[in-house]
Amino acid sequence: MADQLLDAKGLNCPLPILKTKKMLQTLEAGQVLEVLATDPGAVKDFAAFCRTTGNEIVEQSEGDGVFKFLIKKSA
Amino acid sequence: MTENIINPKSMSIIVTKGTLDWGYPPFILATTAAAMDVEVTMFFTFYGLALLKKDLNLKVSTLGNPAMEMPMGGGHMQMPNLLGALPGMTDLTSSMMKDMIKKKGVASIEELREAAILSDVRIIACQMTMDLFEYKHEEMIDGVEYGGAASYMETALKSHINLYI
Repeated sequence: MADQLLDAKGLNCPLPILKTKKMLQTLEAGQVLEVLATDPGAVKDFAAFCRTTGNEIVEQSEGDGVFKFLIKKSA
Repeated sequence: MTENIINPKSMSIIVTKGTLDWGYPPFILATTAAAMDVEVTMFFTFYGLALLKKDLNLKVSTLGNPAMEMPMGGGHMQMPNLLGALPGMTDLTSSMMKDMIKKKGVASIEELREAAILSDVRIIACQMTMDLFEYKHEEMIDGVEYGGAASYMETALKSHINLYI
């Protein structure tokens, strides 16, 4: 279960990443953020963002053109 | 001489262009880098200074840009230079581009600039160009530092990535 939800549907690069970063800052380490996005670049970009920042994608899925990511905030 | 220790997560960008289209790459990269914990410095010089004005009135022209195709009715439209040179065409193209930006969920330059400032991107404006173009500090947004080539070089020597846009 996610601790917070970020609806970034309809937003284009780099807004989903910028908003994700902002919201992650409000979470405690270990908490999970759920992000919904429709930007087709999101899959590659969220993977790159998480690899670089040390946050972890614990789950990801796609349905009806919406990408869902569960991101666990690192320490 | 001081030793330069390069932080692997640091970037500087020289911003030289101030049109609606060219305003995007520096701000997109700066804000995304900052979101990825990169220390970012932007150095605005020549036409790039237009991006720091309080009142942004950015425009894009089709002139001299044969790669520019505007989506229209399912296809793409190119503007012959002769038509693009007519009075009012730059305003028309600019408002078409702004409509597209809004419709596609792309951030405005104002939004990206605000995001850059909020994420502590360091902004330096070239004082020489300020003098050359007779821009006043009051016309520019707050939080801008004014400096020259030496200020940029000091930062660039300590930055892992240095871009010129």
